[in-house]
Amino acid sequence: MDIAHSAQKPSPGEPPVVSVQDVSITYRTTFEKVPTLKSAIVRFGRGERAVHVVEALRGVSFDVTRGSSVGIIGANGAGKSTLMRAIAGVLPPSSGRVEVRGRISALLALGVGFNSALTGRENVILGGLASGLSRKEVVARAEEVAAFAEIGEFIDVPVRTYSSGMYQRLAFSVSVHMDPDILLIDEALSAGDASFKVKANAKMAELMKSARAMFLVSHSLNAVREMCDDALWIHKGKLMMHDTPDACIKAYTKFLEVGENAFTLEDL
Amino acid sequence: MARLATDTADEVHVYEPHRAGIPPLVPYFRGLWTRREFAAEFSKSGIRAANTQTVFGQLWLVLNPLLLALVYYFLIAVLRGGDSGGLPRLANLTGGLFLFTFVSGSMSSGASSVTGGGRLIMNMNFPRLLMPFAAVRTAWFRFLPTLPVYVLLHLLSGAGWSWTMLLSVVFLGYAVIFAMGIAALLATLQVYFRDTSSFLPYFSRIWLYVSPILWAVHDTAGQFGTLMAVNRIVNPLYSIVGGWVELSLNGVMPSPTTWVMGAVWAVVMFVVGSLLFMSRERDFTVRL
Repeated sequence: MDIAHSAQKPSPGEPPVVSVQDVSITYRTTFEKVPTLKSAIVRFGRGERAVHVVEALRGVSFDVTRGSSVGIIGANGAGKSTLMRAIAGVLPPSSGRVEVRGRISALLALGVGFNSALTGRENVILGGLASGLSRKEVVARAEEVAAFAEIGEFIDVPVRTYSSGMYQRLAFSVSVHMDPDILLIDEALSAGDASFKVKANAKMAELMKSARAMFLVSHSLNAVREMCDDALWIHKGKLMMHDTPDACIKAYTKFLEVGENAFTLEDL
Repeated sequence: MARLATDTADEVHVYEPHRAGIPPLVPYFRGLWTRREFAAEFSKSGIRAANTQTVFGQLWLVLNPLLLALVYYFLIAVLRGGDSGGLPRLANLTGGLFLFTFVSGSMSSGASSVTGGGRLIMNMNFPRLLMPFAAVRTAWFRFLPTLPVYVLLHLLSGAGWSWTMLLSVVFLGYAVIFAMGIAALLATLQVYFRDTSSFLPYFSRIWLYVSPILWAVHDTAGQFGTLMAVNRIVNPLYSIVGGWVELSLNGVMPSPTTWVMGAVWAVVMFVVGSLLFMSRERDFTVRL
């Protein structure tokens, strides 16, 4: 499916929809799975420090114009999800500046904020309200979301009872139904079975007509090649390349010194 | 977290580092206000999930503090050698205990509000203070059904009615503001020290004993000397719960110190708790 063809075109002189300017994100975190006061005291007694600094992004800059669909590729831990979170405003930069024009709908790491004890409908409403929609808008949309996700009456059942396919379909459905100007999708295309994938692709093509930009993080290089007209390759927090998907994929696979086929097996 | 500037037609979000850790306050609180429906819905669905909307769920909200009040009532009776103080004492006890349960409930659910927020925190950009505030809202709606019981006990104890009693609403307000602050404070601590919520029950038990709940403010006149004078100042609930019980039960106007200390504690706790929370908020995403 060629999504890029149906996309909007930028008007001349229009500022970029997303502008990432020399952004670095550094954070301190602990090695401990569950940090406790007890372990902090024990550590203090031994004179140890458990905090270590993660440089997730280092001086990343790029602009994205209206109508672009940008694929983000890179190895595990390259900083792809951190970049998405920075664009979504979840992780503010440690230095630099991110400018985003429009409403963002993020589908990050599958699941918009699903609390497993609540029903699907409650989760949809909560997610919509958290992203700044009004109650009326969200309630009206909940039906559409359920219908698209094909989960029927399960919408009023706690999410913990869902199969993983239902869960992913709902997550995808939520983020595409929140009228996003900018859509962030993190590895979502593995959602659902073959028929849902076709439907999801069609929906994304439709969205690209109204949306201003789309970001897609994926390990499936084929998906990036098919759906995107622009690509970013990130490695260890640095932007290695910002070019066409073909050029980025070529450079990336060469860098990895493995054939592209090894990566495309998982894709349909 | 996000600085929001309205362009001619677009919403433009600019994300920049904030050096001192505290985000620009005016847009932050504007964002908080525009998403208040989220906090309400978050708390409502939490209450639904906990089955408190069923008859027995509601009943339990009333029964639990009431039974606790009865336990303490008998404890006092034993300690005093048979003189339990009758129904007025029980009414005094329940009035204080119900409000204390609101505060301690805000503390415990506030503490787990962020760590329990999981995916919502990881994936969505919204002012995180909504989470502990939603926890306080939940505690408040668990407190409301206990009010009629308090009124009933008031009637049974034969205490009078007066217009000054209406002023007790001010102390309820103090309690709410104080609870919001302490919920934010504990939510922050819980992110860094996950055993905070394990210490809480001990902490709140001690707090219960040093606050004027099992004993009345007027009981202690002239007793315990300096210790009580210190308690009056450093224990926020001395003024907040004490003022509430004095007004709502006895219609006695609390001393100016009680009014001032209650207000000061409510404001201080709110400011300290929410500023600490906001300054650490950025860290939450990577610490969960």
